[in-house]
Amino acid sequence: MKILVCISQVPDTTSKIAFTDNNTRFNEDKVQFIVNPYDEWYALVRALELKESLGGTVTIITVGPLAVEPIIRKALAIGADDAVRIDMDPQDAFSTAKSIADYARGKGFELILAGKETIDFNGSEVGGMIAGLLDLPFISLASKLDISNGSAVAEIDIEGGVEVTTSPLPCVISAAKGMAEARIPNMRGIMAARTKNIEVISSDVAPLVQVKAFTLPAPKSAVKLIDPSNMDQLVELLHSEAKVI
Amino acid sequence: METTEKSTLKGGEFLIRESDSASVFIPEEWNEEQRMIAQSAQDFLDAEVHPNLDRIDKMEPGLMHSLLTKAGELGLMGVSVPEEYGGFGKDFNTSMLVAEVAGAGFSFAVALSAHTGIGTLPILYYGNEAQKQKYIPKLTTGEWKAAYCLTEPSSGSDANSGKTRAKLSADGKHYVINGQKMWITNGGFADVYTVFAKIDDDENLSAFIVERNFPGLSLNEEEKKMGIKGSSTVQVFFNDCEVPVENLLSERQNGFKIAVNILNIGRIKLAAAAIGGCKQCISTAVNYANEREQFGRSISKYGAIRHKLAEMAIRTFASETATYRIGQNIDDAFDALVAGGMEPSKAKLKSVEQFAVECAMLKVHGSETLDYVVDEGVQVYGGMGYSAEAPMDRAYRDARINRIFEGTNEINRMLTVDMMLKRAMKGELDLMGPATAVAAELMSIPDFGDQDDSPFAAEKRTIANFKKAVLMVAGAAVQKLMMTLAKEQEILMNIADMMIELYVSESVILRAEKISHKFGDAEAALKTDMAKVYLNDAADRIHIAGKNALNAFTEGDEQRMMLMGLRRFTKVAPLNTKELRQRIALKMIEENKYCF
Ligand SMILES: Cc1cc2nc3c(=O)[nH]c(=O)nc-3n(C[C@H](O)[C@H](O)[C@H](O)COP(=O)(O)OP(=O)(O)OC[C@H]3O[C@@H](n4cnc5c(N)ncnc54)[C@H](O)[C@@H]3O)c2cc1C
Repeated sequence: MKILVCISQVPDTTSKIAFTDNNTRFNEDKVQFIVNPYDEWYALVRALELKESLGGTVTIITVGPLAVEPIIRKALAIGADDAVRIDMDPQDAFSTAKSIADYARGKGFELILAGKETIDFNGSEVGGMIAGLLDLPFISLASKLDISNGSAVAEIDIEGGVEVTTSPLPCVISAAKGMAEARIPNMRGIMAARTKNIEVISSDVAPLVQVKAFTLPAPKSAVKLIDPSNMDQLVELLHSEAKVI
Repeated sequence: METTEKSTLKGGEFLIRESDSASVFIPEEWNEEQRMIAQSAQDFLDAEVHPNLDRIDKMEPGLMHSLLTKAGELGLMGVSVPEEYGGFGKDFNTSMLVAEVAGAGFSFAVALSAHTGIGTLPILYYGNEAQKQKYIPKLTTGEWKAAYCLTEPSSGSDANSGKTRAKLSADGKHYVINGQKMWITNGGFADVYTVFAKIDDDENLSAFIVERNFPGLSLNEEEKKMGIKGSSTVQVFFNDCEVPVENLLSERQNGFKIAVNILNIGRIKLAAAAIGGCKQCISTAVNYANEREQFGRSISKYGAIRHKLAEMAIRTFASETATYRIGQNIDDAFDALVAGGMEPSKAKLKSVEQFAVECAMLKVHGSETLDYVVDEGVQVYGGMGYSAEAPMDRAYRDARINRIFEGTNEINRMLTVDMMLKRAMKGELDLMGPATAVAAELMSIPDFGDQDDSPFAAEKRTIANFKKAVLMVAGAAVQKLMMTLAKEQEILMNIADMMIELYVSESVILRAEKISHKFGDAEAALKTDMAKVYLNDAADRIHIAGKNALNAFTEGDEQRMMLMGLRRFTKVAPLNTKELRQRIALKMIEENKYCF
């Protein structure tokens, strides 16, 4: 089975969030980058498991400048066979998805996996757009994925239950928590990563979205604790201070 | 600058030569692959070890064994084992980095390091080809676990005095071993033991590879210990234990040498592991200081607490610096020996042996830094530090063993001086020349004219003076006490302390300088603060140790002159350490962790 996994670089969850360029860009200074967990822990690992049981190849693809190569090598260390880097600064979901779709078209991938969202912009758009651009079926937020009789069988957690969806191949699926368990790259994988191929291609897809400005959410104010026996004070504060009643 | 070539410093030479910051390795230079390996080790600890600390300490049956197996599957047991034996052939410093990360793993750290160090290395470095082929691949994958049996009930520090005996069987096919070993880490589940015993009435030990199921080997109950409660420690009994002759390791009577050389490696690895423990403990303490409020503010706002956090970080940073400086020296020496045609396993031993003085020094510094850090960690936690349900309890108890095993810190201090003097005696290291020059300088008027005021110049002058202080005290002790010096342990301890402080402070200044050259002043700012505080305090520590030594064997005019010299050689410009420590602590408080 020939599988393509879309991965993205995101700031480590403990990073300090700040902006530059007149609040139009995320300040990457001193930020530690990681592979987007939904891409790594679920999409990539499930792809590797499918390859291990069905045979085939797992290629990873990312849109980004040279500086993202460490996360590509991390994914290669976990076990992907090879990688494609589209040498472009990813500005919005559309230019990212279109660049990936342009690459993937006609390459014979039977399954394209992406994380359900990135943990920085949380757009949850790229997977669906790739499917749209390639005219392929799309299953979003799959928490379980199997291949059976030539189709993809996915489970999606829904309110109070599970929805089971099947789709013919090829298709695009976005991975949610539960699809697989994170793998720690082992020494053999880390060393092999150095010799695996990273194909670099260019793209001239222009973004559709222009960022006007980012702002940080207002800092949380201090919490006031009120004794449960003191309901009058609570009502008074809700009225005079919080001004909600 | 003396040289433009990379690290031409030989072992022990730090005492008489200057080092160039360009030639030392600093942890800021870890490459991407090394960082990825370290991250894998960290991920493993986070996923498998830290969530299970209580279960590990209760010695849940099979748990430690399975953790070691998983670590082996990940490759953590073969980092620097050559590829032909199933390892990954990485350099020594990379294996040190893994030891550091694993060092935050409490009992697991001890089990892993005993397996990869004293467990595996005797066979890897002294085994013949058949022995290596038979055992190393299984030890590298973690399929088999290893232990090392040197200590006996009546033979600890005096390791060569063991009573365990081996005799060749009548048919010449087996050695028959009888005796008792004690404190054997991983002993409860190991598959392979390196056992030290004397053949017949030999003067020196020999070493044997003993498999667990060889007839005549049995185990005692697990010891009840103060800390590292999850690490298996047992007595191992040999009752007519039959070991095939081909399992003699290296040559007859070569065992003591094997034991000593393997311990050299163990010592510097222990220093690396201690750093991992320190960093974790500091992060835990910083986090608690940020959360805990008293008198209406978090305790991390108080100067007394900030002082502690900063000093914990400074000592850790300094120990880390010196440890990896040695690691790189060993790697460089190894490369040079291999390039010169030496067989790699011999070259590895030779390269470590060259830096045996430094390994012993850092074993002491690393383990004592860790004990300082965990002690202050308990203090930052206050009453919760004393709770057996809060994290400092385990950190405090588990740290303590490090000053005892791999040679007690007393033994390592004495070795530090002893090995240095032996090298001088053998003519490998010219200590007498520089010591005499220092003695002459004592009589002259100090020259304060025309001093270089470029960055780090003052600190380097201080380091050069520290060297003079050590040479003066050590030189005088040798001259005055001659053969009896070996018995004057208090003085030996003083000299060792001076050497350790000198080496570590030199290392940390070189690191700050290199960072500023390579990455710029902004990057270097806080690390330079740390280096400066360390240097400032080291001056006093060297002074006290030197004074105590001198007062023990000098008197009259000579004593006065030397004490004056000592003061001059340990003089530093006034430094507002309070302000520097505040900055260092603030950074950690902001990042909520050890962040250097
Ligand atoms: C948890 C644990 C795990 C261990 N694991 C192993 C293992 O896997 N394999 C193994 O072989 N051993 C192991 N050991 C043994 C350890 O290496 C010894 O305990 C250590 O070397 C000290 O020996 P000892 O206990 O006999 O103390 P002693 O030698 O009796 O020392 C007692 C005190 O006297 C001091 N002292 C001793 N001799 C001198 C001297 N000449 N001059 C001045 N002071 C001196 C020591 O520094 C110490 O302070 C382990 C020990 C422990 C506690």
